[in-house]
Amino acid sequence: MKKENKIRIGLIILVISILTILNFTLGNYQLRILNLAGIYVVLGLSLNLINGFAGLFSLGHAGFMAIGAYTSALLTMSAAQKQSNFFVKPIVPWLANVELPFLPAMLIGGIVAAILGALIAAPILRLRDDYLAIATLGFSEIIRVIFTNTMSLTNGALGLKGLTRYTNVQYSWGIAIITIIFMFSLRRSSYGKAFMAIREDEVAAESMGIALFKHKLLAFTIGSFFAGIGGALLAHLMGTIDPLMFRFLMTFNVLLIVVLGGIGSITGTVISAVVVTFSMEALRFLDGTINLGFMVIESVPGMRMVLFSILLMLVVLFYQNGLMGRDEITIESMRRFYRKNIKKGAKS
Amino acid sequence: MSLNTFMQHLSNGLALGSLYALIAIGYTMVYGILRLINFAHGDIFMVSTYIVFYSVTLFLMPWWVAFVVAILLTGAFGILVERLAYRSLRNSPKISVMISAIGASYLIQNLAIVIFGGRPKAFPIPEFFNKVVYINTISIPVANFFIPGITIAALVILLYIVNKTKTGMAMRAVSRDYEAARLMGINVDTIISITFFMGSVLAALGGIMWGIKYPNLIPLMGLMPGLKAFIAAVIGGIGNIKGAVVGGFLLGMSEIMLIAFLPSMTGYRDAFAFVILIVILLIKPSGLLGENLAEKV
Repeated sequence: MKKENKIRIGLIILVISILTILNFTLGNYQLRILNLAGIYVVLGLSLNLINGFAGLFSLGHAGFMAIGAYTSALLTMSAAQKQSNFFVKPIVPWLANVELPFLPAMLIGGIVAAILGALIAAPILRLRDDYLAIATLGFSEIIRVIFTNTMSLTNGALGLKGLTRYTNVQYSWGIAIITIIFMFSLRRSSYGKAFMAIREDEVAAESMGIALFKHKLLAFTIGSFFAGIGGALLAHLMGTIDPLMFRFLMTFNVLLIVVLGGIGSITGTVISAVVVTFSMEALRFLDGTINLGFMVIESVPGMRMVLFSILLMLVVLFYQNGLMGRDEITIESMRRFYRKNIKKGAKS
Repeated sequence: MSLNTFMQHLSNGLALGSLYALIAIGYTMVYGILRLINFAHGDIFMVSTYIVFYSVTLFLMPWWVAFVVAILLTGAFGILVERLAYRSLRNSPKISVMISAIGASYLIQNLAIVIFGGRPKAFPIPEFFNKVVYINTISIPVANFFIPGITIAALVILLYIVNKTKTGMAMRAVSRDYEAARLMGINVDTIISITFFMGSVLAALGGIMWGIKYPNLIPLMGLMPGLKAFIAAVIGGIGNIKGAVVGGFLLGMSEIMLIAFLPSMTGYRDAFAFVILIVILLIKPSGLLGENLAEKV
């Protein structure tokens, strides 16, 4: 085995053991945030694949998350849970008695999201840049509107309540780690290289023999799959889902993570997903009443989101590359950093 | 459906179409010059309604003074948004500008929630617009006559400015070729500011009339009308002012007619506009009146 691989496996084992320790020591509230961070890693990476690798500016993430969330939730709910939820209009008969364990339900959620993603992408991938953005945003709104109106399938605006909270650290971070490894190997593969060639220059990529449509469709489908998985995890973490959860706000949060981390960087996205999730929780006090000692600021709900929008604006305006740009923290880059800064520092 | 209800729907469709058209012009003008979807345009529209609300309730202005103040302040607000969010990104990749636009829109919405409060407010409708006109047995609110009328008037003035004045010529030059216009001695920054001012003034006009027609003000009210007006601009051919108006009327009318003839589809109203958008983008991406632009290599 190569040395690099040994270090990699060592790192993964280290991360897993830290997470295991956290799993047993943290309280419920902290665990919930830790899970949320893992889910945002999955979501951020999937949007990063579409926006950062393939350069397709998609704003439809919330829609695919909604599909994953609803599909998996409807599959894991027991017949009794369904009956108590669908009190306005009974659920369609073919779903009434289906009950699957969490893992297959989640995978089916991801697959359904991927199929829908591919179906949606096939016609609209002809569009570029801002048109693509608006069309994907449109589709995510259409999905949300449909979910609000199909009472017998999704329970409409009432949403689904009382889902069993299957998502735990093993699931959320397990899938996050799998996603990270998948993204790294995807980028090293010929597919990943083709994605990046398309991002840099479509015409040049096409003339080098890269099938544009096939690769764009593939990137979009894989991205939708992970968005669906993320949605399924989120649904079973929250325990409640309704169509309003999957407004543009949700896409905005994921976009914020990707932009802050650096569009196109895997490690950047991971770091920023964790930081953003934790700071969103840590800054919750901004929405409440703040006591500065000499004066008391009345509680203004929404202050937190103002701060986050300002942060996004500042990053885009003054620090366009985000945290990492397109660079990665790898074993190689850390070694280089060590040689450059620490060894030099020791000599002088 | 009786003639009475049909005429009412028709007048409602015309009014809604006019409102979409007014907002769509702002999108189309900015897109024509900067090739940028000004996501914050819907929020500029929202701000105008709140300015009227506070001018009337807090500063006790008469309604027409409040309207003028709102129109001017909103225009200034549009210039401010351009200065802060777009100017420094003029030569950046498209994706950055777009993220900045989304960020600006989001920031305005959240600031509005903090400053104006999330609770809905009632737009102060002047007595005058609250009347109903009876033609035989058909009853139509006065506002439904005023809204298309004012829209047409604004369009005529705008087309005059764009086609006949020196500023308008400069605007057309900038939208055709940005660098060449600069070399010809046109101050591109000023022209862009003027464009944002004019777009925002029209958005304010639309906002005021929206308030008269739908007097429920919330900080997120700009989101849907903004997106739909953008769709209207795309339907008509983005970058084309007349196209935006045609698209606006088309979208407003078909939305109202959908509800009128298929009441069971009312829940899908918001999805309908997006379906139209996607169909148009697939069949004729340059829109009904737009020109085809091939990408240069």
